[in-house]
Amino acid sequence: MSARPRNDHHCAAGSRRHVTSLLLIATALVGLAASAVGALVTQRLRIQLVSVLTIAACSGGLAVAIEVLRSGRSVVVHTHLLLPLVGFSLDLDRFGALFVAVSAGVAICAMVFRLGYHGHGLSSRTASCVLPLFVTTLLLVPAASSVTTFLFLWELMAIASLLLVLADHRHRSEVAVAAVWYAVMTQAGAAALLVGLVLLSTHAGSQSFSAIADHSAHLPAWVRSTVFVLAVIGFGSKAGMVPLHVWLPRAHPEAPGPVSALMSAAMVNLGVYGIVRLGDGLLGGGPTWWWLMVMALGALSALYGSLHSATSTDLKRLLAYSTTDNVGLMLLGVGASGLFASTGHPALALAALAAALLHMVFHAVFKGSLFLSAGSLQQATGIRDLDRLGGLLGRMPVTGTLFMVGALTIAALPPLCGFVSEWLLLQAMLHGLPSLDPSLAIALPLGVGVLALTGGLTALTFVKAVGIGLLGRARSEPVALAGEVPRSMWIGAGIPAALCLVFGVAPLLVIPAVVEAARTVTASRLPNPFVGGWQVGLSGIHGVLAPGLLAAALTVAVTLVAGIRRALQRSALRSTEAWGCGRELQTARMEYTATSFGEPLSRVFEDVLSPSHDLDISHVAESRYYVEAATFHTSLEDAFERHGFRPAAAALAWWGGLARRVPNGSVHRYLAFGLIALVVVLVVLG
Amino acid sequence: MTAQWPAVSVVAISLLQVMTVALGGPLLVGLMRKVRCRLEGRVGPPIHQPLLDLRKLARRERTRPDQAGWVFSAAPVVLVATTLVVAVTAPLLATDPAFANSTDLFAVVYLLLVGSVAIALAALDTGTSFGGMGASRAMTIGALSEPALLVALLALSVPAHSSNVPIIIARSLAHPAWLATPQRLLALVAFLIVIVAESGRLPVDNPSTHLELTMIHEAMVLEYAGADLALVKLGEGMRLAVLLGLFADLFIPWGIATAPGAGHLALGLVATGAKVAVLGAALAAFEVSVAKLRLFRVPELVAGAFVLAVLAVISALVVA
Repeated sequence: MSARPRNDHHCAAGSRRHVTSLLLIATALVGLAASAVGALVTQRLRIQLVSVLTIAACSGGLAVAIEVLRSGRSVVVHTHLLLPLVGFSLDLDRFGALFVAVSAGVAICAMVFRLGYHGHGLSSRTASCVLPLFVTTLLLVPAASSVTTFLFLWELMAIASLLLVLADHRHRSEVAVAAVWYAVMTQAGAAALLVGLVLLSTHAGSQSFSAIADHSAHLPAWVRSTVFVLAVIGFGSKAGMVPLHVWLPRAHPEAPGPVSALMSAAMVNLGVYGIVRLGDGLLGGGPTWWWLMVMALGALSALYGSLHSATSTDLKRLLAYSTTDNVGLMLLGVGASGLFASTGHPALALAALAAALLHMVFHAVFKGSLFLSAGSLQQATGIRDLDRLGGLLGRMPVTGTLFMVGALTIAALPPLCGFVSEWLLLQAMLHGLPSLDPSLAIALPLGVGVLALTGGLTALTFVKAVGIGLLGRARSEPVALAGEVPRSMWIGAGIPAALCLVFGVAPLLVIPAVVEAARTVTASRLPNPFVGGWQVGLSGIHGVLAPGLLAAALTVAVTLVAGIRRALQRSALRSTEAWGCGRELQTARMEYTATSFGEPLSRVFEDVLSPSHDLDISHVAESRYYVEAATFHTSLEDAFERHGFRPAAAALAWWGGLARRVPNGSVHRYLAFGLIALVVVLVVLG
Repeated sequence: MTAQWPAVSVVAISLLQVMTVALGGPLLVGLMRKVRCRLEGRVGPPIHQPLLDLRKLARRERTRPDQAGWVFSAAPVVLVATTLVVAVTAPLLATDPAFANSTDLFAVVYLLLVGSVAIALAALDTGTSFGGMGASRAMTIGALSEPALLVALLALSVPAHSSNVPIIIARSLAHPAWLATPQRLLALVAFLIVIVAESGRLPVDNPSTHLELTMIHEAMVLEYAGADLALVKLGEGMRLAVLLGLFADLFIPWGIATAPGAGHLALGLVATGAKVAVLGAALAAFEVSVAKLRLFRVPELVAGAFVLAVLAVISALVVA
C-alpha cells in the first residue's frame, strides 16, 4: 500500500499529507477491524467493542476531513492490493471532505446512541459485522477518485445498508417487504449509475476522475447528456428523490433507530454529492435543461415529501418523507446553481450551491437528532404510531426536549440552524431574479414559491409531531408507563440537538468550510461571496442576517416578558381541569389525533394525496335506525407507488408468467428451441 | 446607512417603537371594535377598553389544565417576546431602529411564525379536543398563508434588489412610480389576505365568537386565564399592529422618519399611527360587510393569495 503525496517538493506540507493519508488508511482499517470484531466476538462484548472501534474510525475520518477542509490540500491514497488490475484510488478534496465530515459526525452520534439501544436485530452477529462496514463506506465514498473504486464502494454501501434494514426481520414481517422495495430501487439506481459511468469512462478514455474531468468538455453532447440523466436517476434513487423515493418511507421506518439516522442524515446526502460531483465536477456543468430538470425534480420532491409528511401518522414515516422534502430543497439549490452557471452568473452559482450544501449539513444535524430521539421514543414505548403516543414530554423530559429542538429546527424557526440555511437558499434564489433570461425568470419564482410552501407545510408537520406525540395526554397504556432511556441515548441524540442551537446562533462556524467546499466544484476563481464577521450575508446583496444578535434579542425579550409576568403574579399557578363543554373527566379518546390534525390539509390537497376512506356501519337486526357497530378506516397511499410502481411490478410479473409457459419441461421442445435458434443465427450471420 | 444615525437616537427609536406597538396594539383592537359597533348601530365600549381589560386580567389568578406542562405556560411569553423583537428591529416609525441593517423581511416572517407555533403547541398541550381543533385549523391556514406572505414580500424586494426593509422603503420613496406597478398591486392584495388570515379576522375567523364549531384562534387559547390570557391578548393586538405597520411601510411609506431628530420622529409617530388606524378602521368596516367563510373555503382564499403572490413575482421579473 502506498500513500503518495502529489508534490514532494514541499517538505513540511508533504509530511503532513503523509500523516493525513495514513490517517485515512487507518480510518478504513479500524472500520474493517470493527466489522471483524462484530463478526467474531461474543454477544456480551460485541456492542461496546464495535461501537468504540467505529467511533474511533469516525474520529479519524472527521480529523482527516477537517484537515482537508482547513488546508485545502487533498489526500491521495492509491493501492493495488484491493481491486486487481485497476487499483483502488482515493482522492479526498474539500468538496468530498465536507460529506465525510458530516457522515463521520452523524455516525459518531449514532454509535454513542447505539450503546443504549436495545434492538434485538441490531445486536446479531450479521448486523454487528455490517454496521461498521456501512459506516466505513459512508466515509470512503466521497473520497473515491476512480470509476471502479466509486462503484465498488457505492455497491458495498448499498448492500451493507440493505442488510441493516433487514436487521429486525425476525420480529416484524413488514421489514422484508420494505427491504425488497429498497433492494429493487437501490439496485436499479446502481445499474443506471454503472451504465452511465462506464459510458463516460469509455468515451473519456480513462476511469480516473481527474482524467475524465479533463476530457469531458470534448465529449459529444449526447454522451454527456445521457451520462447526466443516468446519474440523476442513479443518485436520485439513493437520495430519495421523487418519483424514485418509494423505498424511503418504507425502509427508514423499519430500520433500527441508529441505522435510520445514518441512512437519513448521512447516506441520502451522497445522492446529492453524486449529482454535484458528476454534473459540476466531472462534466464541468452543462446546458440549461439539465439544471431545469434537477430543479423540477427537486421542487417535486420538496412538495410531495412535505405534503406526505404532513399527513403521515407514523412518526418515522413522517421523518422519512421529510427527508425526501429536504433532499428536494438541496436539489432545488443545486439546480439553481447549475442554472446560474449555465446562464453566465458564476457568483450566484457559487452562492446557490453553498446554500444547498449548508442545508445538507444542517439537515444532517437536525435529522440526526430527530431520528435518534424518535428511536428513543420507540424504544421506550414500542410505538411509532402518533395516534397512540402523547404526553411523553412529561414522562421522558430529556428525550422529549431533544426531539422538540430537532422539530423546531426543521420548521426553520429562529434562532435555530434550519432557519439560517433556509434563509440563505431563499436569498440565493431571490438574487438571481432580476434577469432577462426566460428560463431563470420562470424557474426561480416557482422555486421560491415551492420553498415557501414547503416551509409552511413543515411547520404544520412538526407542530403535529411534537404536539400530538409529546404533549397532551397519553393515548395508550405503554405510553402512559414509559420512562426515560439510558444516558448514552441522551448523549447520542443530544449532540446534534445542541449543534442545532450552536450552528443557529453562530453559523459562521461552518459557513466558510461549506463555501470552500462549493468552490472546489464550481466557480473556483471567484472570491468568496460571503460577508464575514458576526453577520451572514452574500456580497452584492443589501441585507444580512445576524443570527447571534437575533438570538440575544429573543433571550432578552423572553426574560423580560417572563419577568413581568412573574412580578404581576400574586398567587401560585393553579391546576384545573380543562374545559370539556361541561362534561367532566376528559379522557385521551377526546383528544385530537394525528389523523384528525392532518385531515383539513389532506382535504385541501385531496387531488394530490387522494386519501381513501372506508366506513362500515352494521345495523341492529331489529331496526335500521340503530347502529350496532361502525368501523372507519382511512389510508393514504403513495400515489407514485400505487399508480407507477405497483402496475409496473404487476406488468413484470405478468410478463414473467408468460415467459414461464415457454419452458414446460419437455425435452423435445427444448431441442426445437435449439434448432430454431441455430437457424436464426445462421440467417442473421449469412 | 447605520453610520449616519447616532447611537442614542437608534436606541430611543427602538424603545419608542416597542412602547407604541405595546400600547397601540390593544388600542387598535379597541378602535376596530368601536368602528364595528358604530357601523352596526351600537355605541360600543370605549377605544381604550382592551387596555383596561389587560390591566384587569393581569391581576387575576393564572390556571393551567392538569395535563399541560411547561409548553403551555411558556407559549404566551414566547408569543409576546417574538413580537417585541419584531417591534424593536422593524422600521415602523423611522427607517433606522436598532439592528436595521439586519432587518430582513424573511426574518420578520419567521419570527412571527415562532409565536404561532408556540400557541399551537400550547393548544395541543391542553389535551382537549378544542385545543387540537384550533391548532390543526390554525396551522393548516398558516401553512398556506405564510408562504403567500413570503412570496408577496419577495415580489416587493425584487425591484429593490434587497429584502432589507429600510432599503425597500428608501427606494420606494425615491421612485414613487413603483408603488403603482402591477406586481405591487398583486402583492398588496395577497398581503391583505394574509393579514386577515394571520390575525384571525373575518372572513377567516371571527374573533368575537365562541361558537364551538367555527372557532380557530379562540379554540387554541380557551384554557388561558389571568396574566397568561392578558399576554395572549396583548400579543394578538401587537401582531396585528406590526403587520399593519409593515403593510404601511411597504405600500404607503410616506411620513416615516428617514433622518434622525425629534421632529422627524414625531412626524413618523403621527404618520404611522394615522396610517395604521385608517387601515384598521377599513379592515373593521370590511368585516361588517362579510360573513365568515366556511372553514374549508378558507384554504381556497389563502391559496388564492399565494397564487397572486407568485404572479406578482413573475410580473416583477417581466417588468424588471
